[in-house]
Amino acid sequence: MSYTFWILLTASLVGVTCGIMGVLLILRKLAMLSDAISHTVLLGIISAFLITQSLDGWTMFIGAAIVGLLTTVFVQMLNSAGVQSDASIGIVFTFLFAIGVILVSMFADNVHIDVEHTIMGEIAFIPWETVNWFGIEGIPQAVWMLGIVLVIDVILLVLFYKEFKVSTFDPELAAAIGLPVGLLHYLLMGMTSLTAVAAFDAVGAILVVAMLITPGATAYLLTERLSMMFVLSAVIGVLAAFSGYYIAAWLDASIAGMMAAMAGLLFLLAFTFAPQHGIIAKRLMQKRIKHDV
Amino acid sequence: MLEILSYPNVQWVLFATATLGIASGVLGSFALLRRQSLVSDAMSHAALPGICIAFLIVGEKMMGALLLGAGLTAYLGTYCIQTIVYYTRLKTDAAIGLVLSVFFGVGIVLLTFINNLPIGGQAGLNQFIFGQAAAMTSLDVRVISSVAVVLIIITILLFKELKLLVFDREFAQGIGLPTAVLNGLLMTMIVAAVVIGLQAVGVVLMVAMLIAPAITARYWTDRLDFMVILSGFFGAISGILGTMISAPISGMPTGPLIIVAACIVFFVSLIIAPKKGLVVKAYRLQQLRKQTARGQILQSLYELAEKRHQTSGAFKAFTREEIQALRPLSERRFQKTLNELKRSGKIDVTGDGYALTTSGRETAHNVTLNNRYMQMYSMHETRFANLQMEKRNWDFLSLPEKERERLHVLLQEHHLEPKLMQMTQQEGGRL
Repeated sequence: MSYTFWILLTASLVGVTCGIMGVLLILRKLAMLSDAISHTVLLGIISAFLITQSLDGWTMFIGAAIVGLLTTVFVQMLNSAGVQSDASIGIVFTFLFAIGVILVSMFADNVHIDVEHTIMGEIAFIPWETVNWFGIEGIPQAVWMLGIVLVIDVILLVLFYKEFKVSTFDPELAAAIGLPVGLLHYLLMGMTSLTAVAAFDAVGAILVVAMLITPGATAYLLTERLSMMFVLSAVIGVLAAFSGYYIAAWLDASIAGMMAAMAGLLFLLAFTFAPQHGIIAKRLMQKRIKHDV
Repeated sequence: MLEILSYPNVQWVLFATATLGIASGVLGSFALLRRQSLVSDAMSHAALPGICIAFLIVGEKMMGALLLGAGLTAYLGTYCIQTIVYYTRLKTDAAIGLVLSVFFGVGIVLLTFINNLPIGGQAGLNQFIFGQAAAMTSLDVRVISSVAVVLIIITILLFKELKLLVFDREFAQGIGLPTAVLNGLLMTMIVAAVVIGLQAVGVVLMVAMLIAPAITARYWTDRLDFMVILSGFFGAISGILGTMISAPISGMPTGPLIIVAACIVFFVSLIIAPKKGLVVKAYRLQQLRKQTARGQILQSLYELAEKRHQTSGAFKAFTREEIQALRPLSERRFQKTLNELKRSGKIDVTGDGYALTTSGRETAHNVTLNNRYMQMYSMHETRFANLQMEKRNWDFLSLPEKERERLHVLLQEHHLEPKLMQMTQQEGGRL
């Protein structure tokens, strides 16, 4: 299979996985917490490396999951200690991310990740970094990781679809009928951490935020149904990935950056032309109302 | 480490990071109080494409032009956030995350595009991502510190107006201040503070330079003027510390070290600050628990004695079980408090249990009386709104005689006035 195929596959997997996660993050107003987690995942990856001396996918998963949950817990702790919520997110993620960057700079010679990798990923190198997992040769580690996380995310979302739905749209009702609201929150944050670490190789720690938030936000402007929003968000993620890759190849610029930029462009299109929530539609509706009045 | 201070280049850089720390600390206080911490995160990320576009237009690394470009796109990013929140059903946090990451993505595209150009190799724009203080030229330092000084001077001159804007915008408007202009000015100043920090701290972590000193200062004072000064001070310290640690190590980005320094200053304050620190809070909670337990045991003994006195007329010690039955405490705290009461001479241990001493009886009487006043107060809170008890620390006994009389009448109506002292007085002080 060709080089381009693997890159497109990786990019699309990032689009789909982040896209479906983004739906719940947007609806539950967790966009900035997921931004924080995608930054701090770096500390998880580098600490896992320093402890085990390997950059194996599994150790990265574990490190990222731990740091992701720690981020959530720290934010909550600062919050309950009286720090306002936006500031506690800001201070926790910058602190953990700064430590991660310092560690990367200090051990840059030993680790295969450098500061640049952190920022924009290295999707261009992914096809060469193949591993032998489950006895199957020749598949890049990033594809494995993204595939596994996608399967986990989809299974959990299907299993707990109703629970997530209720606790997202009516948290009080969810708590009243005895759903483990806190547990669902941490489950979602854990899933976000895994998604961020799987996407790390492809798009880095910062641009994954664009892939997490933007497709979900775009889908939110296009539909009223939750199930439809998942589908649309995934489709938009893939569209951003594909168009981003081809334009980046044409301009000889960062693929990950272009994927983020294209996601932004798709959002701008929805923002302008969306049938109900777009600016034009809203303006027309206003005119009609004025006319009727 | 101190010998690096003798290099003129290092002195320059330290001067720049210190003034930068002051400016971002000062303006960060306003950003924090307006709950715009994360908006400033988006601002700093959104500055990256501006730097690149300015570089593409000017064709060289001219500090003034780069800062201008950074400021313009940072402003544009803020405007986009407001527009998205205004026109769609997306919430602020989603809009911030979206703008932040998309602008940053565009910036990365431009950055890689520039790096592949023939002029791009030596541009060194990458340093804007995590900051590289050591790479600053003396001209850069002059630009950065003069902007910082201007920002500080404007804040001092307009302090009253900005204070009003932050705390009570409607009132400010009411007394005729041009709030829209002031608001725009404050926003521009925050953008400027973000932008001048980019070369030293970088776009990714600049937000912490605004939040961390401000939130640290918040732990040391409740007054805005002190907060702004302290915040500037903490910002300067973080800038100096981070620069001094990173300067001797080659390839070490400055930004993360400055941020770690700022966060450590915050964590230390969070723990040891005099009024709001966690240590003081924990100590106060402990004291309160002790005091409550003390009061509970005293009141229980008092009420047991009161009841016994009414029925049989004889006084006796009471067993642990009797006391615990009235107001249960954990066994450990119960024992500790009993020991403590015994040591301070409020209770006596006799063969069959615990009894109040003469001084203990008086204390217990006061505790009981205060708690029963509290009960009356809670039942008729609207009638006693004038007392402002939360400001008096719920000490009803220190109230003026007239107010106490009102509460006492209620106590009598409910047959709740503590009777033990009167009874003992009638009997000549013997129980």
